[in-house]
Amino acid sequence: MTLIDAETSPARAEVSPRLSARDLTIGYDGRVVSEHLGIDIPMGSFTVIVGPNACGKSTLLRAFARLLRPKAGEVLLDGRQITELPTKEIARRLGLLPQTSIAPDGIRVSDLVARGRHPHQTTLRQWSHDDQSAVAAALAATGTTELAGRLVDELSGGQRQRVWVAMLLAQESPTMLLDEPTTFLDIAHQYDLLRLFHRLHQEGRTIVAVLHDLNQAARFADHMIMMRDGRIVASGDPASIVTSERVEEVFGLSCSIIADPHTGTPLVVPR
Amino acid sequence: MTALLPSPAAVDAGRRVFAPQSPVFSRRIGVRATVVTLAALLAATAVGVFALTLGDAAFSPGEVVMTLLGLGEPRAELVIIEWRLPRVLAALVFGLALGIGGAIFQSLTRNPLGSPDVIGFDAGAYTGALIVITTMGISTVSTAVAALVGGAATALLVYLLAFRRGFTGFRLIIVGIGVASMLASVNTWIILNADLRVAMLASAWGAGSLNVITADQVGIATCVIVPIAIAVAMLADRMHLLELGDDTASALGVRTGGVRLALVILGVCLTASVTAVAGPIAFISLAAPQIARRLTGSASVTVTASAAVGALLLVSSDVLAQRLFAPTQIPVGIVTVCLGGVYLVWLLIQEARRR
Repeated sequence: MTLIDAETSPARAEVSPRLSARDLTIGYDGRVVSEHLGIDIPMGSFTVIVGPNACGKSTLLRAFARLLRPKAGEVLLDGRQITELPTKEIARRLGLLPQTSIAPDGIRVSDLVARGRHPHQTTLRQWSHDDQSAVAAALAATGTTELAGRLVDELSGGQRQRVWVAMLLAQESPTMLLDEPTTFLDIAHQYDLLRLFHRLHQEGRTIVAVLHDLNQAARFADHMIMMRDGRIVASGDPASIVTSERVEEVFGLSCSIIADPHTGTPLVVPR
Repeated sequence: MTALLPSPAAVDAGRRVFAPQSPVFSRRIGVRATVVTLAALLAATAVGVFALTLGDAAFSPGEVVMTLLGLGEPRAELVIIEWRLPRVLAALVFGLALGIGGAIFQSLTRNPLGSPDVIGFDAGAYTGALIVITTMGISTVSTAVAALVGGAATALLVYLLAFRRGFTGFRLIIVGIGVASMLASVNTWIILNADLRVAMLASAWGAGSLNVITADQVGIATCVIVPIAIAVAMLADRMHLLELGDDTASALGVRTGGVRLALVILGVCLTASVTAVAGPIAFISLAAPQIARRLTGSASVTVTASAAVGALLLVSSDVLAQRLFAPTQIPVGIVTVCLGGVYLVWLLIQEARRR
């Protein structure tokens, strides 16, 4: 895998990781999902978190997105405690594509995408030139410019997911968290979307995604985090951490690993 | 300044819009929504003027307008300004408040049934009023206070019962309907136990009427309603972000818990202040936002259009209440309940079809 572009620039090389967890304990109500996590999301990386169902990967993403209050420990965004930043300020730095979002009845694509501009707006300033160009750019990047005037209800699943990504792009946050963004899409649309994220990553954004498909994760990530039972089992370059022993350990799947014929990245072939 | 910058690429809004742009104010405004809202306000005003011509002493619309402008004769001034205007103003302002209250709860619950009258706030206000009327006798102030307290307490109860590890609109509606039916039977029981004269007074209050409204009451209610309406308008953008789901709204920088609580409190204040003065007037909060949504073709329910349509609906219903069985005046609440019943059946059929 290539080096992360953003880290080669001297100005950025010295800054702390984009997002990090320090001795983080998270969970819901009385139930603890993960304890004492320490994680760094490198600046400019395409980090993918993988693991079996209920391993705590989405919970971790929610904690990163400040949707879940840590039971102990802290989350740092750009070196500062996330709880100390105003929520709109966080939203300008950090965007999230949740597993499920609800499109209001009768909303049009361009109006939905424009809602992503909220962190940059005030009560009176709702459609400045900046807003307009951000929305236009987000539509163009996701290939949804043609759909802008359509009703979201009328779109196919793949188109709709692109529109939600466009809303996230309109937010113009340098870091994007994606919670299982390809679920419910057919395989062609999954790759369309992953290539789009890859392009956004190459343009300098930091991307943290939870993915189910290990092969897709290994192909697109330059930094991978493997989780099981709320613990981090391994993290680093997919080429070095995706081994048959580890896949067996984490997923309980006996397999062999070969090189992807197109990209050379690890490809998991179950026995 | 802006002329030096290249204009950003156009974005197809899918509808006709105009987009005023200046450093302090910029917004994309739908032409249709604006026209519908203005037309509804104009129609409400016209019906209001028409209502002022009605009564034992007939005046022409021209005379009414002249009198409103302060150019009428003293007799017309007495009848139109002193006697009739409070009621018409009450219908307009209360309709506006009920329309906004309905828009808030339908937006929060993402459901056209999520209206304060359906989810028990009216029934609770009535319970409060009934307790005071049967124990202390009818008095405008104490009844109003009791209705406010009853409505707010019910709202709190419904909110607490429906709130379990997060908020879902559907649970709020189900809990609200349950609480409303329980309160309705409590209300019936109180009336059955009261002596006949008190029971009649209480029932009359419970029908919801603008017949005996005074200028003072309208004045006080307006002073409460207008600032709340402005506050809601300022929260409207965040309200619409909540419709996207809590995760998305939080990620976009909305403090979901605080905004929702503020909207609930403002919505309860709007509907309760109307109920306190006029008694429970059903249907306006339920129907105005949905009618406005269909007329404007907007996404989900909007505050301004719901307010305008609410004002039009209530002032029109009140004209019907005055004229339908003239000279007998029936309470406007009866008219709205009848219209609302038909609408509710239609709505339930529509909702059942969608599932």
